Amino acid sequence: MLRVLQRSTGVAAVLWAASIAHAQLISRPVPPADAVERGHEQFVVQCGSCHGANARGDDNGPDLVRSAIVLDDEQGSLIGPLIRQGLPGDGMPAFDLPDAQIQDLAAFLRERTQAAINRNAYPLQDLLTGDPKAGQAFFNGAGGCSSCHSAAGDLAGLATRLQPAQLQTRFLYPRSGRGGAPGKPTTATVTPRTGPAISGTLEFTDDFTVGIRDAEGYYHSFPRNAVKLDIRDPLAAHAQLLGKYTDKNFHDVLAYLVTLK
Amino acid sequence: MKRTFLAAFMFAGMMIAQPLDPAKLLQPPTDSWPTYNGDYSGRRYSPLKQMNQGNVNTLNLAWTRRFTAGGGRGGGGALSIKATPLEVNGVLYFAAPDNAWAVDARSGRELWHFTWETKGGIHIGNRGFGMYGDWLYFETPDCYLISLDARTGKMRWNHQIADVKQEYFCTPAPLVIKNHIIIGVGGDSLDLPGYLESRDPETGDVQWRWNSTPRPGEPGAETWPSKESMQHGGGMTWLSGTYDPGLNLYYLGTGNPNPVHAAQSRTGENLYTCSIVALNPDTGKIAWYYQVSPHDTHDWDNVETPILIDGQFKGQQRKMLAQAARNGYFVLLDRTNGQNLLTAPFVQTLNWAKGLDAKGRPIPDPAKEPKTDGVLVSPNSSGVANWFAPSFNPDTGLFYTHATESYAVYWQTDTDQTPEGYGGRDQSVWSQNLLQAIDYKTGKIAWSHRYPNQGGTRSGLLSTAGGLLFGGDPTSNVFAMDPANGKILLHAGLHTAVSNAPITFEMDGRQYLVVGAGDMLYAFTLPGN
Repeated sequence: MLRVLQRSTGVAAVLWAASIAHAQLISRPVPPADAVERGHEQFVVQCGSCHGANARGDDNGPDLVRSAIVLDDEQGSLIGPLIRQGLPGDGMPAFDLPDAQIQDLAAFLRERTQAAINRNAYPLQDLLTGDPKAGQAFFNGAGGCSSCHSAAGDLAGLATRLQPAQLQTRFLYPRSGRGGAPGKPTTATVTPRTGPAISGTLEFTDDFTVGIRDAEGYYHSFPRNAVKLDIRDPLAAHAQLLGKYTDKNFHDVLAYLVTLK
Repeated sequence: MKRTFLAAFMFAGMMIAQPLDPAKLLQPPTDSWPTYNGDYSGRRYSPLKQMNQGNVNTLNLAWTRRFTAGGGRGGGGALSIKATPLEVNGVLYFAAPDNAWAVDARSGRELWHFTWETKGGIHIGNRGFGMYGDWLYFETPDCYLISLDARTGKMRWNHQIADVKQEYFCTPAPLVIKNHIIIGVGGDSLDLPGYLESRDPETGDVQWRWNSTPRPGEPGAETWPSKESMQHGGGMTWLSGTYDPGLNLYYLGTGNPNPVHAAQSRTGENLYTCSIVALNPDTGKIAWYYQVSPHDTHDWDNVETPILIDGQFKGQQRKMLAQAARNGYFVLLDRTNGQNLLTAPFVQTLNWAKGLDAKGRPIPDPAKEPKTDGVLVSPNSSGVANWFAPSFNPDTGLFYTHATESYAVYWQTDTDQTPEGYGGRDQSVWSQNLLQAIDYKTGKIAWSHRYPNQGGTRSGLLSTAGGLLFGGDPTSNVFAMDPANGKILLHAGLHTAVSNAPITFEMDGRQYLVVGAGDMLYAFTLPGN
């Protein structure tokens, strides 16, 4: 939501939209992209020589991304006076900038701080450092992957569906929710003390109850302590491999999997 | 003058039935649960035994009550009661982000509900109140310390204790020691310095502040490469510690160093992050420290409750302190001086340390620090243990904690010489919860309960002289186990998983058990009229 306020100076100022939710990392208003861009261009020209082009500081001037003044600032409320007056004792000259430019600089700095805060959006760097041939050998050999999967079968075209960043964690343990469809379900056979055994998809279990859904769609639940329970988890091999991979192994496997196009 | 004194004395006398008696803070919890952990030891062990192995399977529901959060941004989503309620003179006091309640412990009836209009901050949880006489104290996500009148829920005062705009947020339950309200702060997003403060119970003014990272020239500064790295070094203080009145030492676990995953600008051990520190509660001066995770790079805050144990170790009676740490190691220290007595892993999947050094500290393997192309590490950033309260039972000599076996990929994303923020990311790929019973004398697992499903939540624990260990499982059951062997003696399905730690107290001659699950409290007691 954007709200426009008419200030007494006659300058229309856009209040940055607040985007707030439970336990989310960013809890401050998000500055508009055009103001950030203008602020960035201006920052590089007027501030970058001392504070660095990305505002992280360098030998001539301090980091502004983690600066208390910048963080406490509201659209130029603190940095505006500081820019206009300078800090002569610290070697910072005064800049006589109009309100609009101060606000653009404030927008750029806010964007910088929020980019540092929002770790879930940090771009991953080069993930493909492994050796695809070694990955293929692991897949077909020590890893035992080929006992369930094949490059020409279920994994054909895998790399066209998933980006490396998704693929890297998903092949380690392919639960749903990380860039792919749910895999094969866990199945179970329940054998009561009396009566026939029943097999189906394992729908629920804790220490006390087990619930399975049979092939016809009927749900059956049992007290766990009164039945024999045989669980077949198709992902068990993935869990067991987690303790066996070297970092080279899993880089190699990723390098191999991204060739499956 | 004389009349004034007399009036004040009479007033105090009239009030005696309701305020928290300070002596209760120094006793094992029976008819009250007056602090976050029940008493200063952190054991979460009750001497009550009306509920016991012979009758626990007859427990009845005394009452349930659902609460609706309001006020500010904390009330908009699902309420999760992570606070351990205080129980004082038949009233339960608990808090959630921007919200606080008093309820009748006999019926669950709401006596008052306080709401706070927030200025922001991460609303991840609130651990509850500290209490001093008639005054309650709790922290808000936007880092205000609020004092309420326990009788009415009216606010006495509020003080800002950290700047939410700098990305601090606040969750811990204040701990009252003598006339000190001990408060901590949190916030990992932008490389802030951590600190602990003592505040005056009447005015809220600062009595002392202890900085968890040193200033240049102070002891510990040699473990950081620069002034800048210390100023941005983290070490948050976000969980209540424990206290030994005889030694007059407050024991606190500190949070991880920052930037969290990119450590190139903070070479060294990074004191006093990821440490257990012993502080004088009257002055805030540090008596000793022990760093459980030197130079952490995996977000393994070392805030887990340091439990005080008095007992035998290798034939000697000792004053000890035990912690099941987020990094997966159980440590036993001499709490008079911080000397390490024992370190042992309490799950078997750990792969990040090269062994233990001469002081019993895990030696981090540089190959397992976050890398640009990812490293596969056990445990994940949520750790083997976390804030979920452990319990120590002196009858069994066992230390109980929920624990998680897990693996995660950790990436470094910021390769700049001076990274900012986390400087990296992590993604958990698999986890499995256990309940571990650890023999404090050996560090060995006496028994282990492996839950039959992956993932899920972890609850806090409570043990009692009735031979019971209470907790919640990762689905939605509250349970009682035999603390000697883990045999399940009772379970009851709730509407969602236990989200805090159970407490117990005696009222009207009956023992009660109270647990929080999501937005509800459940009270159980034995059959009776």
